[in-house]
Amino acid sequence: MPGKLKVKIVAGRHLPVMDRASDLTDAFVEVKFGNTTFKTDVYLKSLNPQWNSEWFKFEVDDEDLQDEPLQITVLDHDTYSANDAIGKVYIDIDPLLYSEAATVISGWFPIYDTIHGIRGEINVVVKVDLFNDLNRFRQSSCGVKFFCTTSIPKCYRAVVIHGFVEELVVNEDPEYQWIDRIRTPRASNEARQRLISLMSGELQRKIGLKVLEMRGNAVVGYLQCFDLEGESGLVVRAIGTACTLDKLSSPAAFLPACNSPSKEMKESPLVHPPSHGCRSTHNSPIHTATGSRLTQNFSVSVPTLIYTGMGSGSAGKEGGPFKALLRQQTQAALEQRGGSPHRFCRRREFPFLTLTAFPPGLLVHVGGVVSARSVKLLDRIHNPDEPETRDAWWAEIRQEIKSHAKALGCHAVVGYSESTSICEEVCILSASGTAAVLNPRFLQEGTVEGSLEQRIEENLPVGCGFCHIPYDELNMPFPAHLTYCYNCRKQKVPDVLFTTIDLPTDAVVVGKGCLIQARLCRLKKKAQAEANATAISNLLPFMEYEVHTQLMNKLKLKGMNALFGLRIQITVGENMLMGLASATGVYLAALPTPGGIQIAGKTPNDGSYEQHISHMQKRINDTIAKNKELYEINPPEVSEEIIGSPIPEPRQRSRLLRSQSESSDEVTELDLSHGKKDAFVLEIDDTDAMEDVHSLLTDVPPPSGFYSCNTEIMPGINNWTSEIQMFTSVRVVRLSSLNLTNQALNKNFNGLCENLLKSLYFKLRSMTPCCLCHVNFTVSLPEDELIQVTVTAVAITFDKNQALQTTKAHAEKTLQRASTDNDELLQFPLELCSDSLPAPAFPATKEHLESASSNSGTPAAQRATSVDYSSFADRCSSWIELIKLKAQTIRRGSIKTTVTVEKASPMGDGNFRNRSAPPCASSTVGVVKMTPLSFIPGAKITKYLGIINMFFIRETTSLREEGGVSGFLHAFIAEVFAMVRAHVAALGGNAVVSYIMKQCVFMENPSKNQAQCLINVSGDAVVFVRESDLEAMSTQQSAVNCQTSCPGEVTT
Amino acid sequence: MTSELDIFVGNTTLIDEDVYRLWLDGYSVNDAVALRVRSGILEQTGATAGVLQSDTMDHYRTFHMLERLLHAPPKLLHQLIFQIPPSRQALLIERYYTFDEAFVREVLGKKLSKGTKKDLDDISAKTGITLKSCRRQFDNFKRVFKVVEEMRGSLVDNIQQHFLLSDRLARDYAAIVFFANNRFETGKKKLQYLSFGDFAFCAELMIQNWTLGAVGEAPTDPDSQMDDMDVDLDKEFLQDLKELKVLVADKDLLDLHKSLVCAALRGKLGVFSEMETNFKNLSRGLVNVAAKLTHNKDVRDLFVDLVEKFVEPCRSDHWTLNDVRLFLNQYSASVHSLDGFRHQTLWDRYMGTLRGCLLRLYHD
Repeated sequence: MPGKLKVKIVAGRHLPVMDRASDLTDAFVEVKFGNTTFKTDVYLKSLNPQWNSEWFKFEVDDEDLQDEPLQITVLDHDTYSANDAIGKVYIDIDPLLYSEAATVISGWFPIYDTIHGIRGEINVVVKVDLFNDLNRFRQSSCGVKFFCTTSIPKCYRAVVIHGFVEELVVNEDPEYQWIDRIRTPRASNEARQRLISLMSGELQRKIGLKVLEMRGNAVVGYLQCFDLEGESGLVVRAIGTACTLDKLSSPAAFLPACNSPSKEMKESPLVHPPSHGCRSTHNSPIHTATGSRLTQNFSVSVPTLIYTGMGSGSAGKEGGPFKALLRQQTQAALEQRGGSPHRFCRRREFPFLTLTAFPPGLLVHVGGVVSARSVKLLDRIHNPDEPETRDAWWAEIRQEIKSHAKALGCHAVVGYSESTSICEEVCILSASGTAAVLNPRFLQEGTVEGSLEQRIEENLPVGCGFCHIPYDELNMPFPAHLTYCYNCRKQKVPDVLFTTIDLPTDAVVVGKGCLIQARLCRLKKKAQAEANATAISNLLPFMEYEVHTQLMNKLKLKGMNALFGLRIQITVGENMLMGLASATGVYLAALPTPGGIQIAGKTPNDGSYEQHISHMQKRINDTIAKNKELYEINPPEVSEEIIGSPIPEPRQRSRLLRSQSESSDEVTELDLSHGKKDAFVLEIDDTDAMEDVHSLLTDVPPPSGFYSCNTEIMPGINNWTSEIQMFTSVRVVRLSSLNLTNQALNKNFNGLCENLLKSLYFKLRSMTPCCLCHVNFTVSLPEDELIQVTVTAVAITFDKNQALQTTKAHAEKTLQRASTDNDELLQFPLELCSDSLPAPAFPATKEHLESASSNSGTPAAQRATSVDYSSFADRCSSWIELIKLKAQTIRRGSIKTTVTVEKASPMGDGNFRNRSAPPCASSTVGVVKMTPLSFIPGAKITKYLGIINMFFIRETTSLREEGGVSGFLHAFIAEVFAMVRAHVAALGGNAVVSYIMKQCVFMENPSKNQAQCLINVSGDAVVFVRESDLEAMSTQQSAVNCQTSCPGEVTT
Repeated sequence: MTSELDIFVGNTTLIDEDVYRLWLDGYSVNDAVALRVRSGILEQTGATAGVLQSDTMDHYRTFHMLERLLHAPPKLLHQLIFQIPPSRQALLIERYYTFDEAFVREVLGKKLSKGTKKDLDDISAKTGITLKSCRRQFDNFKRVFKVVEEMRGSLVDNIQQHFLLSDRLARDYAAIVFFANNRFETGKKKLQYLSFGDFAFCAELMIQNWTLGAVGEAPTDPDSQMDDMDVDLDKEFLQDLKELKVLVADKDLLDLHKSLVCAALRGKLGVFSEMETNFKNLSRGLVNVAAKLTHNKDVRDLFVDLVEKFVEPCRSDHWTLNDVRLFLNQYSASVHSLDGFRHQTLWDRYMGTLRGCLLRLYHD
């Protein structure tokens, strides 16, 4: 009995009128946790009832505390008929289980009904007393902190980064159960909400267990997703990066207090599964027994017995060893030798990090983007013999990613993420990340005494180290143009660099960055099952290729040479595939100046045609020039003598570039000679190609005063002011079904995205100068001719006047530094070897050797690659294949990386204009900020209160009356925001950082006047203090804490 | 390609003041877009008509959702759905309850009932204010009226507390409620020259002096269903006003009053002779108005009577405002010297207010 949950229902307000006769409501509240329910008294005839209940006490396992949500139902008492439900509040009590997070949840929560939306508010106080039981961590993982933030949270320090953790859980979707035919939509929605809440809790607990096994105490970059697979079920999966974090203010490192129990688990895997097998994890074969699962998951009448019941018993015995076996097999397949302790296997299996920003010194080199996709047919029936299907699917993909990384000479993948797109029974699984070489010293256990910062002190910063190629120049995995680094002149760099991570804070950037998108549609015949999957698999490589070409061309058009935060989404629909890639383009000072784009015609003898071509060429050149001005890209002139070193190819290349700008006649000539080789020549051989070039030029730059990027911070801007506005915008368009062509589709899709951006700029015009950060586009194809685009981003104001100075100063500083540290190159290989050998974390050397050996083999294969897609029967190509075709990225490395002296503050060191709104004295509702970023400009995060992970369903049968689809969804999203804010405020927080809307599934049936929407959001609840306030009252920290932790008092 | 759905939701609710005004003025989305285009916003921002349409729709939807809350402004402050900075909340409320002068003049003093609501079509046609806007304004009047009509205490305070309006707007609403409750006639042709401000001024004076709340004599039994303190005129006071009749009925008293006034104003008044000849008529008019106030019908005609019996005669004789002021001051003050008159306090309570009202009403 390790925990006591205490709940008090204080009052309600703004309740709906439930009794038409009296225009009043007789409300009471049911408080339910697990299988225990308490009720308050009925408060007669009031819309603002004051229950002031006693403390309802639940004595529960901490395992339940982690899995179960607290469920509060407000009802209207009716003497003669059944009581009417007004609505519910689900409270995730997980934040109360960490030692450093919230201590009480107290505040006004919106009462939510899946049919009517928010109906009044209820004031609740929740506390948890955890008993000091020695066996406390046996089955639960209380105490492991979760962060959505994909960097080390601001008030922590990473002691060790342990590596990748993943888990998934499946269940039948209540919406597709037979019982759904006879129950009300409300009951069905609530069953779904509750199930997902339970599954999330379970998943988080299991991930927590894995973290404890790895001796970590936190998960950073936690990303949990739902796959609504329809009839084949509901999958909840999560990935994250296990770390040992240390609170910055506290002197001693916090070590997980769980060594013994975790070991115990490790040694007896048979004991482990039963604890959660019953909750219908994926690995228990008992799943197919639908009937028994039903009771396990939904019954309130069958109490805790299920834990030891027959279901889990058999599941445990069969599922457990099976899983262990599988792990071992994969492990063996993964060339792991020597008796490595079990607990490290996962990390060795996949050296992936979900982080996108890193502690200084961790990221040594970046290889390029690696991605893998796979098309799968969802099995309609749960196959009891193959309970691990989903696990195996992902393992396969991760395996591929890993081998791609290896081919790039990298032993790790960072900025890693996974996603799915499902249409009927076809599912595309995608994974992508950035191949990288990491400093192994960060990943070791054992050397806990030194902090990360101390360990990398010896490496002097340069700001270009990450650009240097990680692979061997002589055995390049694909043809690439290498030059000496324009920053340090010592190492080789590729001409273009693509990554999925954020721009490293120490990177030297010229000018500003901008959002670059590639958009693409491909029609596909409607088909069933295997035929459909095959058709999709066949299309995918071509889509990837085109997306890549578009990205590259647009990057050139912007005069930039690197992409950060690259995210490619491929969405599958009934009759088409959509590809949308977003990234932030920048000009990295270390990389060579990008060449222009040249147009080559197929029939050079035709005079008018040539004229047309040269006209196009002129437009392109003008656009590049304009963009360079717009984004302030004026790299320092590099004299020939400095570059002029031994690599012949780059020289040739740079000459070629110079000649481009001379005259269009010459250009055409050059084009012809280099047309086949050069990746940046566009051949206009048919109307399609013409369209493509046109579409390149149709992208309108944002209006003056606006910048946009999809990374955390905008490269080149670092003087943020404090005004932020997070928003979500959704658009659904119906395509006219008349003979759609690929071009028409592309044009429509392009128009949709461009218009959406224009609308955003218009709406936020009062905030200029400002930057849209973390612009996140999601595309879905809910129906045949419908395209849905969802955008979430944050607009941040900045001070225009200070931007230039700071960047300049920074650049100069780094340049100076660059000249001083030249000689450590040779040391590098030795250093890395000696470091990585004893490290169990990343067998860097081994992989290095391997990649070296395999590399020697690969080029041959690559030369033959051309477009041999026949081998992709149900599997699509990955980035690397494409990369082989196109000139891409790379570098070889020195271990030099930059440590910025100032504490990686994205706000820079400028002064901030404090533009915040006046304090809301009159209003009783405290302001809660929301942002997809990991920081709040002009403020300091003082405390992380826990993860927010909420899932809502809203349905209506009176669509017209609620203002049509727009009215319905507008209200719903506003309600979701409100519920997130209310939860954060109740935890004592005043902001959500790393907020993300992971899912927004919208379905409509206008003819029936119905619509339904599912939304899943998550983020980290935090307390922040304005920096201006911080200075003013640095001594009165306690006052702040008190104020922010008792919003209940403020609001009552 | 048609847009099925197009929404934008900010964590802080975006409020565009210009669009809000268009919405309040009752324009349809299309009309609003057309008006915005005419304002030159496209040129300023480089936006397209489509963007403007989508933006306007978004704002209209937001306002539509907010409207329910604006009906009970304290709800807007406590609700959790829309995060709006307090200054913006205040602006939303204030603008929502702001009314058009032209509209209020049409409705002032009328019963706020369904019957009147039906006339809104005509008012809309007459004033050029959209029907939608007329409805909003009418519903606002009615809503405020319903909430405060039965309430004790200061009318202005009650309105401010329940609708969170600025002091100025709350006073205007107090006047509207007061007029609606007492059904003062304001629509007659001869009253057309008066502005809402004139009536509101008079209403404030009357609330301060002529209602039950004015004398500060709270009912001894707080539960008794007495007249509302600020909204209804003090019945007892109106009854008492009959006593003033003696001032014109008693020939000696009237002559004495006239001689006192004339003696004091001789040489000071530009229109002395006119005053002298008209004194008895004017005095009779003013006192008879007082004496008749026991009948509801006559209460309603108060302003008509005042204009007919006092303002118009003076105006036809070309009295200046200063003449009127001097006369009224002397006229009220002289009564104190009338030995045979015993209702000095009553007279002051009546005449003090009336003097203020008349001075305000006396203009072209």
